Amino acid sequence: MSDHSVEPVGGPIIFNRFTRFLAMFLGLWILILAYRFATGIGTVSGLTDGYPWGIWIAFDVVTGTALACGGYAIAILCYILNKGKYHPLVRPAILTSALGYSMAALAIIIDVGRWWGIWRIPLGGFPDMGHYNWNSALLEVALCVMAYAGVLWIELGPAFLEKWKATSKSPGLIKFAGAGLKFYDKALIWIIALGVLLPTMHQSSLGSLMLLGGHKLHPLWNTGWIPLLFLISCIGMGYAVVVWESAVSSRVFNRQREDSMLISLSGAMVIVLGLFLLLRFADIIISGKFGLMFSSGMLSVMFWIEMALVAIPMLMLIRARDRAKFITIFRASMLIMLAGALYRFDAYIVAFNPGKNWSYFPTTLELLITFGVIGLEIFLYIFIVKRYPILSGTRATQVREIEGRA
Amino acid sequence: MTMDRRTLLKGAAAAGAGAAVSAATTAEASSVRPTAPPDAVGMLYDATLCIGCQACVTACKTANNMPGNLYDPPKDLDGQTKNIIKLYEEDGEKSYMKQQCMHCIDPGCVNACMIGAFKKREYGIVTWDKDRCIGCRYCQVACPYNIPKFQWDTPVPEIVKCELCNHMLARGEEPGCVQACPKEAVIFGTYEELLADARQRVADHPERYYPAGAPQIFGDTEGGGTQVLYLAGVDFEKLGLPVLGDDGVGVQMRAIQHGIYRGFIAPVALYGILGAVLWRNRRAAAKEGSDE
Repeated sequence: MSDHSVEPVGGPIIFNRFTRFLAMFLGLWILILAYRFATGIGTVSGLTDGYPWGIWIAFDVVTGTALACGGYAIAILCYILNKGKYHPLVRPAILTSALGYSMAALAIIIDVGRWWGIWRIPLGGFPDMGHYNWNSALLEVALCVMAYAGVLWIELGPAFLEKWKATSKSPGLIKFAGAGLKFYDKALIWIIALGVLLPTMHQSSLGSLMLLGGHKLHPLWNTGWIPLLFLISCIGMGYAVVVWESAVSSRVFNRQREDSMLISLSGAMVIVLGLFLLLRFADIIISGKFGLMFSSGMLSVMFWIEMALVAIPMLMLIRARDRAKFITIFRASMLIMLAGALYRFDAYIVAFNPGKNWSYFPTTLELLITFGVIGLEIFLYIFIVKRYPILSGTRATQVREIEGRA
Repeated sequence: MTMDRRTLLKGAAAAGAGAAVSAATTAEASSVRPTAPPDAVGMLYDATLCIGCQACVTACKTANNMPGNLYDPPKDLDGQTKNIIKLYEEDGEKSYMKQQCMHCIDPGCVNACMIGAFKKREYGIVTWDKDRCIGCRYCQVACPYNIPKFQWDTPVPEIVKCELCNHMLARGEEPGCVQACPKEAVIFGTYEELLADARQRVADHPERYYPAGAPQIFGDTEGGGTQVLYLAGVDFEKLGLPVLGDDGVGVQMRAIQHGIYRGFIAPVALYGILGAVLWRNRRAAAKEGSDE
């Protein structure tokens, strides 16, 4: 069973052409960020008073945290539904979630205009506390995202403590790590419970908050059911990301893939996707918007692409025989991620129409800032799995040999 | 008096009258359509009287210390323009249109704002507080009229919108635009007076206003009502105002948020259930382990 014990991958952080490019790109990214903070948001982005939210919000925050729901989806499955066999997937999923949420927080700091006042939010509108507006879904999202990013790093704590306990030279740190691990033994379930509660709250609120768009948001997306649809969709995306991550990390770090676990996971995906489709269509038909599915021009097309991106992976996975092939699961996962991303882009940008005089398309610098956020996430992921025990089934020495040759 | 305090008072009164839980009542009270505060003031703009001189645009800039002048007039509301006059001319129809904050009775921006930078304060005026704003721009998403403007080209941006010259009202003066208007196309008054005035004009000249015969007073009911009221001879949609139902955007939002989070019972209950399930799972796992 040595293949299922978690251990650091080891080896240098910058080990191939891709990571060298990434490091250089992040250098450039810091310069672009400096420019944004020195001159304002308008100079680097295509944002306007009509489209105040663009890809920084729709992708980095809204899609980013949904893709970071791997930790959420796996925690439900592993700890709540008690399917212990998914355990080797937990740590990598929590790590990508922790990174995803931290990057979303970073993107928010880049996006908001008066970022130096953000600290007022966790402190309740300091100096006069108690000015929270509980009618604002965005407030709930902000508080939950901040809290959940913290909870995820705490959930990941044992990975760091184990490493320090095993390899640190400082006796103080070893003692601290030992005590910390004992604490986790007792408290982890309450932390995990929080780690399931918080995403349930804010992933749904990420949908509700667009309801304030009112007449500007197209009726196919503007529905009282949007919180539930966002919630179901993020669970699907969480599963898909775990599949994807397992496939990619097994290839890049030459480790065993969790095939059998992923195959049984994808059975649950069929239910999640089916539920999403059912609710989406039921809502549209019940609220008398049937005709809008066909008469909304470009938005009708977007709607049907969204539906196809959910229906196709569902059909791909519906038969147990098809699910048995990893390549099928992998392809279906890609479609599920696309479906969730498109649903969010549509709800935040494409189906949002402030009036005929407004248009939005991201500028190059705006895109580069988003790419930098993703790049930093990848860079930190590589750093952490190489130094700390996250992945299982790695063949660490073999990896180092391959890298030595490269 | 702020909105939330009023809602709280309503809740408290209901509790005093014998309702069981005041928190629940508050939630209910806030999910219904609010009415204008008793001290509400506003403006009435009659597009049929406006001659498009733009004196109000300049006066607004002077009153609010905003840069810009009539030799280089702004084309739209922006980070340094709180009031604008636009011209609509198409198919033989012509009308001027004044744009500024509508001072909604149930404002999208106030519903959106996380820590109360946007508040409905004295006289029902919707104000913005620089010291609370973090520049998230949710107010811009939430405003049905696209009124709040963001300063895009500065590292220390502010949100800019009409605050009904509340600094001038405080010393007994009318708003800058109202003072400047040579034709009384825009007038200032209490909400009740203005509404009565608008109804009188509509009754006296039903043929002059849109739609002829049964004219519409924009802001009477639209989007939950606004303290700035409009009369025009042309379809309001053509003049850039949206078609809205009788509820503000906040009504549906509050119904959902308060439904899910009433008394914070659901999240606490879910947390308890999750914890209990985890605890049971772990005990079962430990038992299995010791049996082996």
